[in-house]
Amino acid sequence: MLKKLMLGVLGVALCGLAMAAEWNLQPAASKLAADIHWLHEAVMVLVIVLFVGVFGFMFWSCYAHRKSVGHPASQFHENTTVEILWTVIPGIILVAIAWPVTKVVISQKDTSNPDLTIKVTGMQWKWGYDYLKGEGEGISFVSTLSTPRDQIEGRAPKGEHYLLEVDNEMVVPVGRKVRVLTTAADVVHSWWMPVFGAKQDAIPGFIRDAWFRADKTGTYRSQCVELCGKEHGFMPIVVRVVPQEDYSKWVGEKKALAAKSADDENKAYTLDQLKVRGEKVYAANCVACHQASGKGVPPAFPPLDGSKVVLGPKGAQIDTVLNGVVKSGMPTAMAAFGKQLNNVELAAVITFTRNNWGNKTGEVIQPADIKARRK
Amino acid sequence: MSAVVDTHAHGHGHDDHHGGYGGIMRWITTTNHKDIGTMYLWFSFIMFMVGGVMALVIRAELFSPGLQIVDPDFFNQMTTMHGLIMVFGAIMPAFVGFANWLIPMQIGAPDMAFARMNNWSFWILPFAGALLIISFFTPGGAPGVGWTLYAPLTVQMGVGMDLTIFAVHLLGMSSIMGSINIVTTILNLRAPGMTLMRMPLFCWTWLITGYLLIAVMPVLAGAVTMTLTDRHFGTSFFNAAGGGDPVLYQHIFWFFGHPEVYIIALPAFGVVSQVIPAFSRKPLFGYASMVYATSAIAILSFIVWAHHMYTVGMPVTGQLFFMYATTLIAVPTGVKVFNWVATMWKGSLTFETPMLFACGFLFLFTLGGFTGLVLSLVPIDIQLHDTYYVVAHFHYVMVAGALFAAFAGVYFWLPKWTGKMYDEKLGQIHFWLTMIFFNVTFFVQHFAGLAGMPRRIPDYPLMFETWNKISSIGAFGFGLSQLLFLYVVLKCIRSGAKAPEKPWEGADSLEWTHLPTPVPYHTFDPQPDLR
Repeated sequence: MLKKLMLGVLGVALCGLAMAAEWNLQPAASKLAADIHWLHEAVMVLVIVLFVGVFGFMFWSCYAHRKSVGHPASQFHENTTVEILWTVIPGIILVAIAWPVTKVVISQKDTSNPDLTIKVTGMQWKWGYDYLKGEGEGISFVSTLSTPRDQIEGRAPKGEHYLLEVDNEMVVPVGRKVRVLTTAADVVHSWWMPVFGAKQDAIPGFIRDAWFRADKTGTYRSQCVELCGKEHGFMPIVVRVVPQEDYSKWVGEKKALAAKSADDENKAYTLDQLKVRGEKVYAANCVACHQASGKGVPPAFPPLDGSKVVLGPKGAQIDTVLNGVVKSGMPTAMAAFGKQLNNVELAAVITFTRNNWGNKTGEVIQPADIKARRK
Repeated sequence: MSAVVDTHAHGHGHDDHHGGYGGIMRWITTTNHKDIGTMYLWFSFIMFMVGGVMALVIRAELFSPGLQIVDPDFFNQMTTMHGLIMVFGAIMPAFVGFANWLIPMQIGAPDMAFARMNNWSFWILPFAGALLIISFFTPGGAPGVGWTLYAPLTVQMGVGMDLTIFAVHLLGMSSIMGSINIVTTILNLRAPGMTLMRMPLFCWTWLITGYLLIAVMPVLAGAVTMTLTDRHFGTSFFNAAGGGDPVLYQHIFWFFGHPEVYIIALPAFGVVSQVIPAFSRKPLFGYASMVYATSAIAILSFIVWAHHMYTVGMPVTGQLFFMYATTLIAVPTGVKVFNWVATMWKGSLTFETPMLFACGFLFLFTLGGFTGLVLSLVPIDIQLHDTYYVVAHFHYVMVAGALFAAFAGVYFWLPKWTGKMYDEKLGQIHFWLTMIFFNVTFFVQHFAGLAGMPRRIPDYPLMFETWNKISSIGAFGFGLSQLLFLYVVLKCIRSGAKAPEKPWEGADSLEWTHLPTPVPYHTFDPQPDLR
């Protein structure tokens, strides 16, 4: 028994060693991050020296000035010189720290003259990327967690990039200054890429900015860092930094793809076509709240299976999905999908919900129905 | 020694001392500062257990990556309620309990200035605590928004959010009344000759804390009221679509929230400033400079709030101002730490449990202070904001700071309160278990945070697994160790050995020098003359 326990402890200790690399800031991939990490190291050295100094005194006192070794208590107190010194010296140290830090603060805030401007929109619970200015202008996509639910819920082994993988990565060219504008559609989110030293809250109704200039190619991963509701832990951020020519190629492909795969919303689809497409849309946008079973997590996230809205007149359901649910003037967790999904996707997902689980309306909602209800 | 001994205290039943009520009615109707102090302390211990269980739910879920025990929604409810209950239900009432017990005895007053209001301030608390607990059983459960209750996420919550808002209102009322009482008592009821600059430092820290509370609790009440009207009455304080601003909420909250940190820390400083000189058998090194440093910290605490918000996107001048102001706090805080160490220097030290906890406080609180300095620097904070580094930092300040000081205080004054000694051996075991498991739990969280683990997530990428496993093991050890504390206290009350008149050689405030042990039900009536 004891042996087993010791082996267990040893195991934990060894696995600590194996993971020992993950105890410090991630290696910098931009000059700004490198500057920040240098500052951090400098401050840590200073702090450790001070800490050891102060507690050297304390532990020496604990060791040498004990009653049990017969140390008599001196009764001294107050010494103006000492007290002035230990007020002034920390003050001087602080000024010395403040100088290099201030330089980094100012450069971190300087978002002027970017080569590329990308708007990042936080949404419950995914990120939208719109390339606003520079090469790739007009590219727009939504980036969602691609880790399967089975891995999260323990039915499948977890992959290498568990929780840090997305369907559409943000792609930027190496060595270019990228200005990131952040905003949000619902609640406050926060966009962070540690290797670039860029973190900026995404505030609904406001635009804020940050910048980075990646100096190494590679794929970098991070997560939303402001509590934004139920799926806060499941909205990763992935940035792929590529050489300039690869970036141009990516822009070309993205644009061609957008032109080719534009859904034909004037076509009439069959029930089966829409259901197959709708299941995919549902898995990417709806499943976190309404669940794969369609049972939701009532009362915060109502069920769709047997729902009055889903089984009721199609117009009301289309409006709900298009515009979201607004209670007393404030948006709720039911987001407005009108701007995130196109008419075919909306028609597909609505048809899917009306003809899945116990719902058997047999109705087909066509893209034209959606178009008609858009304001 | 001009002891004013209550001759009724021994040999008689206690009934004739509390208006004829016995049993539960004694506690409901009591206006005695000692009874009320006792109730505050027990209430805070119960809340500490409730909040602790929530922490263990969090740590159990985080033991392994993946979702195993709770769903993300409930996880968020746990983090929210753990924070609210620990801050407002456990730590703050604990120090109000100490204030009730000790301030009248330390300044030579017969009771608190407003004895009936004192009863009311306490009895609001159980109702507020109940509201927080009941919110779990409402549709949608308790709010899952974090203890900071950031808008506009709060608008999406169910009726549990409203109960939480009312609970915060009640807790605020209780705190405001309690602190008015403390300030009034200290300013008006000091015994003749007990000048302000002769008061024990614990009274000083509470006098300053009292002012902080009166200043900022209404601000918090305002913030949650605005949340309430945004939720139900169509106002748009925090809704951009209606002309409001979500960041406004954060400014208001942290204008309360930063002084709140010192509301929790200052009384802890006070307790430690009583304990360290007593066990060093030496006066506090710089009494006056301690008073000035405490005041300086309190004043500075009003101009640093936005260092909690470096990432919201404020102008560069704003970032610089709040950074400089924040680093400035290191100066008076340093003065305090240097003073405590200088008090120990060349003393005649013994290490009974209160002193162990005070040394633990000094060591770990300073560590938390240093990580605070690291976080005060804007560029570094931008890397660490909302990561586990911050979680580690404030647990060093709140747990190793405030909670360790509270333990030091309980062990220090238990003999005075009960007339019995606690089991010294078990007390020391409690200290070492607490000390070790605390560090196992929280030290590794610095690493997880540096490596990039966000806070308030129910599931995490695989690279953070090691630290989370260690932290979870530590958390369970820490939680279980506190059952030992309960046992030590109960054992002391029920069957502790009789305490000597003056159990601590170096203790020199009025409750030790002018009052018998155990302390009688009514003390200092009439007041002692200390001129």
